Amino acid sequence: MNLLAITLPKFYTDAVNVVVGSAWIFMILSTVILWLGLKYYRQLTAPKVAIPIFAVSGILLMLSFFDPQFNRVATLPDNVPIVMMVGSVGFFVWLAFRQMAVNDERIEKGLPPQEAEAKEAEKTFVWPDLVYIELICAVLFTAFLILWSISLKAPLEQPANPAKTPNPSKAPWYFLGLQEMLVYFDPWIAGVVLPSMIITGLMMLPYIDKNPKGNGYYTFKERKFAISVFMFGFIVTWVLLIFMGTFLRGPNWNFFGPYEPWDIHKLEPLTNINVSEVVYLHIFNTGMPRNWFVREIWGILAVLGFFVITPGILVRFVPMFRSFYQQLGMIRFSILIVHLLVMGGMVIKMLLRWIFNLKYIVAIPEYFFNI
Amino acid sequence: MAEVKTPESPKAPDPGKKPSLLEMVWTGQIWTSIFRHGMPDTPRNRILAIMSNVFLHLHPPKIRKSGIRMKYTWCMGGLTFFLFLVETVTGVMLMFYYRPTAEFAYADIISLREDIPLGIMREIHRWGAHAMVITVWLHMMRVFLTGSYKPPREFNWNVGVILLVLTLLLSFTGYLLPWDQLAMWAVTVGTNMARATPFVGHEGPGAAMLKLGDISLVHAGSDVRFTLLGGRFVAPAALLRFYVLHCVAFPLAAATLMAVHFWRVRKDGGISGPM
Repeated sequence: MNLLAITLPKFYTDAVNVVVGSAWIFMILSTVILWLGLKYYRQLTAPKVAIPIFAVSGILLMLSFFDPQFNRVATLPDNVPIVMMVGSVGFFVWLAFRQMAVNDERIEKGLPPQEAEAKEAEKTFVWPDLVYIELICAVLFTAFLILWSISLKAPLEQPANPAKTPNPSKAPWYFLGLQEMLVYFDPWIAGVVLPSMIITGLMMLPYIDKNPKGNGYYTFKERKFAISVFMFGFIVTWVLLIFMGTFLRGPNWNFFGPYEPWDIHKLEPLTNINVSEVVYLHIFNTGMPRNWFVREIWGILAVLGFFVITPGILVRFVPMFRSFYQQLGMIRFSILIVHLLVMGGMVIKMLLRWIFNLKYIVAIPEYFFNI
Repeated sequence: MAEVKTPESPKAPDPGKKPSLLEMVWTGQIWTSIFRHGMPDTPRNRILAIMSNVFLHLHPPKIRKSGIRMKYTWCMGGLTFFLFLVETVTGVMLMFYYRPTAEFAYADIISLREDIPLGIMREIHRWGAHAMVITVWLHMMRVFLTGSYKPPREFNWNVGVILLVLTLLLSFTGYLLPWDQLAMWAVTVGTNMARATPFVGHEGPGAAMLKLGDISLVHAGSDVRFTLLGGRFVAPAALLRFYVLHCVAFPLAAATLMAVHFWRVRKDGGISGPM
């Protein structure tokens, strides 16, 4: 890789290390970019805008490979699929939103979506029209897999040794988002409750989304809420966390910038503090109460408030949620709001940790309950 | 359709002309015994090509044009299924060379790399597995963004979610088999979470409550993680369990659910289109 011996300018690598390597800036920025993308999807997906965006991203990615640290991580054999995943998710998000933009414009003009046009509704023979597509896909993908397999050896490290823990020890890449959650929550929440809620949330989705529109064609305008929530969940809380776990989490599970060498001696000040400590040691100056309930009451109130009062406020003051409540009824609405609040709360908790070094809102180690 | 017709030949051979070799094959007894239709160049034969083939009859004989557009489906579901087949075939080949014991596993992987001429089966199997995880996610994203989980496809979406979880579990159980540092510690990190499962993990909330007198029922030697690993650590017993799960249990479960998934695609109205 050093044939060209390009060194990235320091101001650029420093800037990227700060913007991407400070998790909170990266996450807020990604959320803002997603929000802007959803707001201006029609303009942004037009080929004359999208192609330059892809070109610039592609060039930046390629340049990144000249950085020794990024190169080392990105070319680990098991990390190559992550780069492919990020690229292909980007491409297919564009492909979907491009068709949404086209369809939404048609719907505004009173036309049916592309997929409902008379010539598209016609039936065609599966042999040869579909069978050949499947065959060509299979052949091309086989060729791709064979090329990939010839050019990149499957990884094999030293024999398994229970006495020698690698630093960092990482889960397989598709579970890195869950491993990241372990930093902020107890293992039973990060490893059991949150993944279960992802699965139950996905499974209950068709029974909660009662919007009859947008069934079987690309549209954003007719299902803005559902698509925005899904994109946030998939892109920010899943793909982004995998990216972080791969490129930003180094030795001792410390944060590193994508171009920052993994220094095993990097010291992170351990200044994380619980809500109860803030209240009793810094505000009341009384010392920590003995009783866990008295100690944690403020955090408990905050969490209860988040889960009990927020839905009320949303229904009372946000017309969209009021209509959801009326359309969905109590049970469906509760399931929706619980999943939404858990997803939002998870991100809020991460941001609180990153920005204010907040350790736990409620910390009851006596009962394995720390959130 | 009471009477069984003999398959029609593509072109009646001209009695005066000597048939070409190709015509002899197409009209010969062997060919017509396998394919019970002539050249699929007429509507009737095209429908028969699908209906009279056990593999192709997964498809309807005719389909909406919008449903086969690559820009609509991205072919992601199809690719996922194809990758499952690739993983099955390459996996069976790897099983010829691999013994799931701590004594042999690592050495067998080394010999796969060093001793087997042109051996790229492990590479195809590993990269195919990573690719399958990606195609499953993209398939789910496509189905979501086209609203294809909406009625009448709610149940099939659920089957799909379980298949997605199974794909991740298949990949995860396979991760341990090379029995190297990467495998052992990735699986250690992954399974450590199980010990915190409420009530059934020994470090989980509520586990301490489950006891008879002074004897706790859920401890490191009896909790869900112990069940998963066959021991307290990622040790040889875990290797065997993961191997059996990876090669037998999860593939059978996935194959069964895939049959349901594909069947329901047909029963729920085929590839989704505007309702």
